[in-house]
Amino acid sequence: MNVVQSVDSVALLPAYLAAGTAVLVLITDLLVARPRATIAVAALGALGTAVASALVGAGAERRTFCVGADCSWIFGGRAALVGAVVALLTLGVLGLSVPALRAGRSPVGEYAFLLACSMTGGVVLGAAGDLITLIVALETLTLPLYVLVGLRRGSLASAEAALTFFVVSVVATTLTLLGAALLYAVTGGLHLDRLGGLLAEQPELRDLPLTSAAVAVLLVGLAFKVAAVPFHAWAPATYDGAPLPVAAYLSTASKLGGLIALLAVVQRALPADQTGPVLAVLAVLTMTVGNLVALRQRRTVRLLAWSSVAQAGYILAPLGALALAVGRTDEARSAAYAAAVAYAVFFVVLELAAFAGLTALRPAGADGGTVDDLRGAARRHPWRAAAFGLALVGLAGLPPGLAGLFAKVTVVRALLDGGAAWLALVVALNAVIGLAYYLRVAAALWAPTPLAAPNVGGAAAVPVVGVVAVVLAVATVAAVVLGVAPQLVLDLAGR
Amino acid sequence: MSVGQGLLVAVLALPALGAVAVAATPRDRAARLVGTIAAALTLLAAVPLVFGGRGWVAWSAGAPAVLPWHQLDLPWVPGLELRFHLGVDGISWPLVVLTALLTLLCCAYTMWRVPGGGSGRALVALLLVVEVGILGTFLALDLVLFFLFFEVVLLPMYAIIAGWGGADRRRAARKFALYTLFGSVLLLVGVYVVVAAAGTADLVTLTGGAGLSRGTQLAAFTLLALAFAVKSPLWPLHSWLPDAHTQAPTVGSVVLAGVLLKMGTYGLIRVAVGVAPEGARWAAPVLGVLAVAAILIGSLVCLAQSDVKRLIAYSSVGHMGFVLLGVATLTATGIQAALIGNVAHGVITGLLFFLAGAVKDRTGTGALAELSGLRETAPRLAGLLAFAAIASLGLPGLAGFWGEAFAVVAALQVGGPLWTTLGVLAAIGGALTAAYFLRLLRQVTHNRPSPAVGQVGAGLAGAELTAWVPLVLLALAIGLAPTLVLGVAEAPVDALIGVVKP
Repeated sequence: MNVVQSVDSVALLPAYLAAGTAVLVLITDLLVARPRATIAVAALGALGTAVASALVGAGAERRTFCVGADCSWIFGGRAALVGAVVALLTLGVLGLSVPALRAGRSPVGEYAFLLACSMTGGVVLGAAGDLITLIVALETLTLPLYVLVGLRRGSLASAEAALTFFVVSVVATTLTLLGAALLYAVTGGLHLDRLGGLLAEQPELRDLPLTSAAVAVLLVGLAFKVAAVPFHAWAPATYDGAPLPVAAYLSTASKLGGLIALLAVVQRALPADQTGPVLAVLAVLTMTVGNLVALRQRRTVRLLAWSSVAQAGYILAPLGALALAVGRTDEARSAAYAAAVAYAVFFVVLELAAFAGLTALRPAGADGGTVDDLRGAARRHPWRAAAFGLALVGLAGLPPGLAGLFAKVTVVRALLDGGAAWLALVVALNAVIGLAYYLRVAAALWAPTPLAAPNVGGAAAVPVVGVVAVVLAVATVAAVVLGVAPQLVLDLAGR
Repeated sequence: MSVGQGLLVAVLALPALGAVAVAATPRDRAARLVGTIAAALTLLAAVPLVFGGRGWVAWSAGAPAVLPWHQLDLPWVPGLELRFHLGVDGISWPLVVLTALLTLLCCAYTMWRVPGGGSGRALVALLLVVEVGILGTFLALDLVLFFLFFEVVLLPMYAIIAGWGGADRRRAARKFALYTLFGSVLLLVGVYVVVAAAGTADLVTLTGGAGLSRGTQLAAFTLLALAFAVKSPLWPLHSWLPDAHTQAPTVGSVVLAGVLLKMGTYGLIRVAVGVAPEGARWAAPVLGVLAVAAILIGSLVCLAQSDVKRLIAYSSVGHMGFVLLGVATLTATGIQAALIGNVAHGVITGLLFFLAGAVKDRTGTGALAELSGLRETAPRLAGLLAFAAIASLGLPGLAGFWGEAFAVVAALQVGGPLWTTLGVLAAIGGALTAAYFLRLLRQVTHNRPSPAVGQVGAGLAGAELTAWVPLVLLALAIGLAPTLVLGVAEAPVDALIGVVKP
């Protein structure tokens, strides 16, 4: 047996670049010690990672770290999409962080380093071919976030949020690892495709109670990461306590990571007849509870947090079609996976635009405030408010936010192709509940300002930091372009 | 690209570009003028669509049931079966022209008077965006595209009500948005039930059932009919309408009642009945009963109303009941009645809302108890109000007559105990319509002037006459020569009935 493996370094290029960015940021901070340089290095690194992901992914699928036919690193279309999106989101979040970093609320070097580390996790995650790589990548993605959430100096809420997040996440990881271990005990394999093959070929393995337990524990652990109901309680407190840009990262890149991990095990490793019903229930609960609780929120970030819980439900919904035999044909399955990925991409673009809009409308370094703080914002900042409003309307899934509309359409279509009309109806009705609160925020933007403005920070005009404006503009343009040409995303998601 | 295709694109592009131009024009009055010009150009592009492209006279078996005069078919999102497929025929053309005309009149009216609440510029821009959505809905020949345009209308209309409406506008606007979205998400599911089963979203192919199974057709029709019933609105899903109409500014009410509701009835004819005829036959009795219930309940509620705008709003429930009754009969007469009823209601109710708005602006109140003797102080306004009310109650020779009369005739033609009863009840509802409009007139125009009316001047502004005269003339013209609408609609309706009948 040949112990020396040949490693395909081209396939690993995006991961090298992402990890290299983290190291380089640390060195720059140490040697140059100028915040501007540190941020520039991190931004260039993120951009390079995105470009490398796209370039490597444009070619044929590359595999490395293989044992026989099973590989731990599979860099195909999906991995390239995830890598590029995560890197771009990191870039966007970095841009949104500039005002807070300039105000000296957080140490620049550490902040940028942790963000780059998290990005590395995200890039590796998309290409992971076995459960261990997957879980390690997911941890690399989340571990820096515990620190980032708590990094706001002198904020008690921030520390509380970090602790909640940490404890819940550790429990979730333990569960996921337990699931992986149990699966290994049953099958003797850890590679996703091998697990899938073994469980498909040997029905007696699938019927073991231990297998069902392993599947359940693994799913629950990953459901914690995406904040699916009933494993969601940590998310709103954490988002609200975190600095705004970190909340943006949590609800976009981190959520995307969790979903991709869930998707990877569901698609490749686990038997669909067992995961389908669980996912269907999770999806229904997640979107309904998320939407209903969001209705009652007064604080903007909490509202966005609950809404992103609901959005995770929409992303999981196509996978719920696997619950029915009609939804488990090869064609319906690939349509469902593609729909989930497509929705996730539409969602992260709109969510980043929403957070960028909110950041631009709030004073530098401030938290999200209440919805009432945004009253009359459109009179003071018509363009910023319009971009924020467009993102909100997109998240609600209505024109002129066409990207969000097409996202909903994609999910409903995949569900009906899979014969899950009831789930499509649940998604559709949830969209109505969703509109109620998105509309409340959007309407507040254009509402007349109350005469006695209680909050000085909210009522005064806010000078915008150039970088934030650029991030907002780019995210809005991306949302508009995807709204006109959604086929771009659908093609990429189907690869 | 042929002339017809160019016109189709222009009909959508002109108001869209107009909205952008209005938003980009800094001065308020100039911006409103730009918007009015864009609306006028849209009307100019919409009217000539009637010429050319009709190389056929009668429907023959085997031909597709929808033969557009002009069409444009471009790919857009193949992954979602969405094509940019536009077309116009005799069913959609009258509504397209009506939409373009009413939007133009509303924009012109806004030149003269901007309701309080926001800038006139933004109002005109929103009106033009609403126009794009409504026109797109009428022109779409692709189910998914139809849904897309159906959704476009929602938020701008919400903004018009919430921004320029009356005292209780926010609640009314929110109710409107949530109700209508409830309808359109059902439409989305219904559309993809059809698309998933048929593998295409092309309305030309789909009309007639396209080999959909009975189960699919029943499910699709239920979803689609519910969606359109919210928009039309059909009793008991109508409760958003009185609030929205009452609170909306005058131009908002005119567009809402004049054309927005027609998206529901048009969708019912073109999409629900066309795509799922078996479902339509199955649900026709239920639809008929609900339509007659709407007529009777709408009329009775009107008799008890104490506010002018609210009364006219509720009268829409009754009028749309006649339209839906016509559709429910699934006969050529019934569908024709529905189409002409649609157009007539758009013209007359548009006029009524303009007049009610004028009364409310002058007197500062809409309460019937505080209005009387309008003919003493403002005889011309009172005369126009009387004309519009009489047209609306269905006097022969005016536009409102044909839709109501032929809906009843169609129900009686179908025969059988159920439909005969429905026809008779609908006729009684027609009489009740007369009762409440006459009550309105007696209250508002007769007797001695109330204090609120006493200070009203007799004159009418030029802008008001400009906005109203075309509607008055149209109400007369359609009443005297219904063939204006029915002539173009006859062939496509026969084709539709040809595929709907078993």
